[in-house]
Amino acid sequence: MSSTTLTPPLTPPPIETPWVLPSRGKVGMFSLIAAESAIFTIFVVAYVFYIGKSISGPTPREVLELPIFNTVCLLSSSLTIHFALGALKKGNRAVFTAFWALTIALGAIFLFGTAREWHHLIYDKGLTIQTNLFGTTYYSLVGLHAFHVTVGLFGLSLVLAFALLGWVKQEHYGRVDVLSLYWHFVDVVWIVVFFVVYVAGR
Amino acid sequence: MSSETMALSPHAVETQSLAERLHGWATTVDHKRIGVMYIGFALIFLVIGGIEAIIMRIQLALPNNDFVSPQVFNRMFTMHGTTMIFFVAMPIMFGFGNYTVPLLVGTRDMAFPRLNAFSFWLTAFGALLMYFSFVGGFGLYGAGSAPDVGWFAYAPLTSKVFSPGHSSDFWSLGLIVSGFGSIGTSVNMITTIVCSRCPGMTLNKMPLFAWMNIVMSGMVLFAISPLTAAQIMISLDRYLGAHFFDTQAGGSAVIWMHFFWIFGHPEVYILIIPSFGFISEIVPVFSRKPIFGYPIMVGATVAIGFISFSVWAHHMFTVGMNSWGNTFFAITTMAVGVPTGIKIFNWLGTIWGGKIQFKTPMLFSLAFLFQFLIAGLTGIMLSSTPFNWQLSGSYFVVAHFHYVIVGGILFAVFGGFYYWYPKITGKMLSERLGKLHFWLFVIGFHLTFDFMHIPGLLGMPRRIYTYEAGRGWEIWNQIVSVGALFQGVAVLIFVFNMIWSYWKGKDAGCDPWDAWTLEWTTTSPPPEYNFATIPTVHSSRPLWDLKHPEDPDWKYE
Ligand SMILES: [Cu+2]
Repeated sequence: MSSTTLTPPLTPPPIETPWVLPSRGKVGMFSLIAAESAIFTIFVVAYVFYIGKSISGPTPREVLELPIFNTVCLLSSSLTIHFALGALKKGNRAVFTAFWALTIALGAIFLFGTAREWHHLIYDKGLTIQTNLFGTTYYSLVGLHAFHVTVGLFGLSLVLAFALLGWVKQEHYGRVDVLSLYWHFVDVVWIVVFFVVYVAGR
Repeated sequence: MSSETMALSPHAVETQSLAERLHGWATTVDHKRIGVMYIGFALIFLVIGGIEAIIMRIQLALPNNDFVSPQVFNRMFTMHGTTMIFFVAMPIMFGFGNYTVPLLVGTRDMAFPRLNAFSFWLTAFGALLMYFSFVGGFGLYGAGSAPDVGWFAYAPLTSKVFSPGHSSDFWSLGLIVSGFGSIGTSVNMITTIVCSRCPGMTLNKMPLFAWMNIVMSGMVLFAISPLTAAQIMISLDRYLGAHFFDTQAGGSAVIWMHFFWIFGHPEVYILIIPSFGFISEIVPVFSRKPIFGYPIMVGATVAIGFISFSVWAHHMFTVGMNSWGNTFFAITTMAVGVPTGIKIFNWLGTIWGGKIQFKTPMLFSLAFLFQFLIAGLTGIMLSSTPFNWQLSGSYFVVAHFHYVIVGGILFAVFGGFYYWYPKITGKMLSERLGKLHFWLFVIGFHLTFDFMHIPGLLGMPRRIYTYEAGRGWEIWNQIVSVGALFQGVAVLIFVFNMIWSYWKGKDAGCDPWDAWTLEWTTTSPPPEYNFATIPTVHSSRPLWDLKHPEDPDWKYE
């Protein structure tokens, strides 16, 4: 409080320059991914907890087939988006747009594959969300993931539209990169879903 | 946007019509206005939730009372619990966080201002959705109105069979919507603190309130999301005929308990950690000493954040877990008391030898220290499994968690109000009314919640709408109810104080408490842009350095 000392004012030590903090987009996206992971974790736990607990058929072994083609498509879309960003970083906008469109195509193929699988399960095998615990947990977990793919595709398509209009330039690399983080997250979740539902669950 | 609003002089604001001003509030993205809206919203629901509590206390004041029907009583305790947690405690924490954190870290707004406004409105509409059930809950089947399943809504109470009508739908949808609001605000808070600190504010120079808010926000991401997931499951069960919690189809009622409490326990810490932040800002200023053991304080907070995710099943000892489960959750629950105890010693160390000023914020903080300690001790008692088997679901538990939430969290919030009200409005709250509020509330609090332990020990279960005479519970329930009235009157005095002081209070000036953090360097209320020039800091008490250039803190840090 009372300052009776006669020392002259001191000059503080210099502040670290330039003062750079992490990018807001990335920190925000990682926070969102953390929250999303927690939501998926609960659905995965419910799936694992109810494996083999259905009191009536059909069972996963009877009706599920390994979605190899779908998986390959989705996982390679992570590679294509990576290439797209690499091109944008170098300022090669044509290559960026091409790889970006390819990413969307692969994601759409995945979604179409899921739709066909569901159609097959519902109309040929008679498995709905009401049938048994397997149906309940299967449709909700795979559906939650498919919902995230849909949201991702919407975001990617928006960027594609901007790119086709010539609005996406090298300086937007950081922003587009944030979106790609989300897409990678959706892919990683699929790896978990694949192992839980189609490998361990069968 | 900002240049346009910055151009408005105070005079221009006064000449705006009411519609223009309302439009300004509804469309604002300014963190300070959003903070004030969060706080105002929470205060409205504090009064609503308080009325629900008073109704329950009138009903229980006498044996065999029929002030309300059993059905209404069920709705009252459900809505009281849900309201107080989701629409009072959380919004008030987000409100203070929103208002003060950008000022404390020396920036002009939150990292994502529009997300901030969106999150607030999600929370507000979630609450409206849930309260709409009072009028709209009859739905198509003519049964049920407000939710009546208890705030933890154990399965199968929420299934279509046991909860026809739409009351449970309003409950889960309201919580899903406001839950997304909480997640949005937390994403924003983390990003603001990580990415928008002013030059020089390294993590070890950040005010403790900012530290507590970043830990709290991180916990929200991992605690609210499981609740949201579980609420989605309830909705799938109710609307699409899924079987998550349907025991008839092999589903499990216990897994709902796990999902709920993995949210429910961390939730307590989500609310208490910002309260720790309030105390950590108030106690040093009114003891005229820097906080004792800053790094240990930060470490203890982070430790609480982690440990509190491993204790949830202490709410489920009576479900019948195996002895490994019981032992694990008893030990982790006791362990979470260790970092909490460290904090109490740090605050005592801060007070020790200080020049204590017994202003209203400090009074509330001192009461917090004492009451939170007792709340922690009954918590440790309840963590002991055999003891818990006896008292789970009794009024002892109700008394324990109200000791945490009212005696701890609410007291800290009141302290925060008296501390930051001058910054937010530019006027001091009346000290005389403040002390009256404090003493009435302390008396009411102790009448209610000290004595509530006793009927619990005597075997009175929670959530019963009445009881027979001659069990020895009457006198205790009467004391508890009288205490509730004291608290009600105290809150009314507090509300009156805020309104009266807004018009008639003394001018606060920039820095009424002779404090040390950045929010006190700017005017009260701060301008839209907070700081004319972004400050640079060299220590954790930048304002001390400015006031004492010959003996700055950074010499010692
Ligand atoms: Cu707990």
